[in-house]
Amino acid sequence: MIDLYTRRRLINSAGLTVSVLAMGFGLFWLCWILWTLLDHGLPALTGSVFTQMTPPPGSKGGLFNAIFGSLMMTVIGTLVGTPIGILAGTYLAEFGNRGWLAPVTRFINDILLSAPSIVIGLFVYEVYVVNVKHFSGWAGTIALAIIVIPIVIRTTENMLRLVPSTLREAAAALGAPQWKIINFVTLRAARAGIITGVMLAIARISGETAPLLFTALNNQFWSDDMDQPMANLPVVIFQFAMSPYEDWQNLAWAGALLITFSVLTLNILARVLFRQSAAAH
Amino acid sequence: MPMFLHDARLKRQSILDSLFRNLTRLAAFGVLALLAAILASLLMGSMPAIHAFGFGFLTSPDWDPVNDKFGALIPIVGTLITSVIALVIAIPVSFGIALFLTELSPRVLRRPLGVAIELLAGIPSIIYGMWGLFVFAPLFADHVEPWLNQHVGTLPYIGPFFSGPPMGIGILTASIILAIMVIPFIASVMRDVFDVVPTLLKESAYGLGSTTWEVMLSIVLPYTKVGVAGGIMLGLGRALGETMAVTFVIGNAHELTKSLLNPGNSISSALANEFTEAFGELYTASLIELGLILFFITFVVLSLARYMLYKLGQREGKAS
Repeated sequence: MIDLYTRRRLINSAGLTVSVLAMGFGLFWLCWILWTLLDHGLPALTGSVFTQMTPPPGSKGGLFNAIFGSLMMTVIGTLVGTPIGILAGTYLAEFGNRGWLAPVTRFINDILLSAPSIVIGLFVYEVYVVNVKHFSGWAGTIALAIIVIPIVIRTTENMLRLVPSTLREAAAALGAPQWKIINFVTLRAARAGIITGVMLAIARISGETAPLLFTALNNQFWSDDMDQPMANLPVVIFQFAMSPYEDWQNLAWAGALLITFSVLTLNILARVLFRQSAAAH
Repeated sequence: MPMFLHDARLKRQSILDSLFRNLTRLAAFGVLALLAAILASLLMGSMPAIHAFGFGFLTSPDWDPVNDKFGALIPIVGTLITSVIALVIAIPVSFGIALFLTELSPRVLRRPLGVAIELLAGIPSIIYGMWGLFVFAPLFADHVEPWLNQHVGTLPYIGPFFSGPPMGIGILTASIILAIMVIPFIASVMRDVFDVVPTLLKESAYGLGSTTWEVMLSIVLPYTKVGVAGGIMLGLGRALGETMAVTFVIGNAHELTKSLLNPGNSISSALANEFTEAFGELYTASLIELGLILFFITFVVLSLARYMLYKLGQREGKAS
């Protein structure tokens, strides 16, 4: 018979061992996926990836039009979504203490934050693509902007709430009107945090595939016309990876490597930036 | 005269104030309008299918584009099964990770390890899909599935779920990849709610001679159980709506099978695969109705999650 004390210690060390194993389990997948990307992606990542268009099967080519399309849609989507998100987030943090609108918006926003992105794609298809009768870069941009909004709202509200109210009161005591207090004092104090949120939003949309499938579709050729179907990295990766052609698959790996490392870099940068600003406070 | 000027200036500022306030309010209202618009457009888009099939859509296993017969049973079941299996795998692992990060990890490693787990959430889902299809599925087919067939597939009761052709692509593969994807979400919520537990409470238990494991199970977990449940629901919401990773590895077969090794289908992967190629009004409308169902399910799950996390937040407010 083991005595109670030994048994408790045994259970404890068993539990803790399992916990360490779980941590290893999580890191294991991260390392495996990153290693796979480097292993398959690096050999395929040649100069022509950045200079040539997506090829037909069997010939050489690159991903230039897809990279360009992704950049265009991500940048414009962020530019459209960010101001709306910041305004709504400001409402929640600064004016949202009374009334029904703020709590309801907060709740709905939290749901939109994790809503399936493919449904956003369906929505844009229904209200935009069906009406203009063709897929286009604009439709993709709208879908991405809709995904940006909730993320920016969330971080803006959280960051504004961190600004000490003494700062607001000091500005008010100097006679500043409320719009000036918010624009020139509180929003400015929360700037680094809000930028972090925008960076996280960019990271999120640059890898989004599902909402672009029914909106921007894809384009095998060079196009800078946002009113036409537009090539973009995620959908090209999807199409090329699912194809039976080896050179397409290699290009897909190169694209996957590009996307993942830019997204992860953005993520890490956002965290570093946020920590620096938090330390400065 | 100076008095008058002052009044005019005050008036201008108060007009600007109310302009700004209403602008932000409009933006907040826009979020509500967005949700309403999403619901309305999906509802309108799926009207033809709702008229044609009624509630039978939910229970019919048909999916026959040629004869215009559609039912949502197979994708719904596929979505639910993959998500539930993913949670069964992800919950204990996430608990272990959160325990490690809050109680065990050396202070220096705590942040980098936390970031590493969060990076797992940052990897785009299409990358999980590619990796799953080209790297994970072949290994799974060669080494794990034959073993499952031989050793688990012959057991009574649970055997039929684990016997089938070892193709690597199927419901089980999709579930495992989903599990890896939701682990960071659940783990980071768990870590955050574990941090909420008052140190005094934990120290009291340690002072009475409890082991770390006992403190976790009988102090931390009971104190945070609502928040933990909220985190799990949040992970479930993610898993239900996940599209690209599942599309790559689930096999997209409209079949209702008992075996988890067989290919199946989920709502999101059916949409991703078939929507742009759908012909005819009824086909498109049925797919949109699938989207509506998915949105409805995730809405309910995420609402529950938020409610639970909100409950915990209230309690935290009371305690301090």
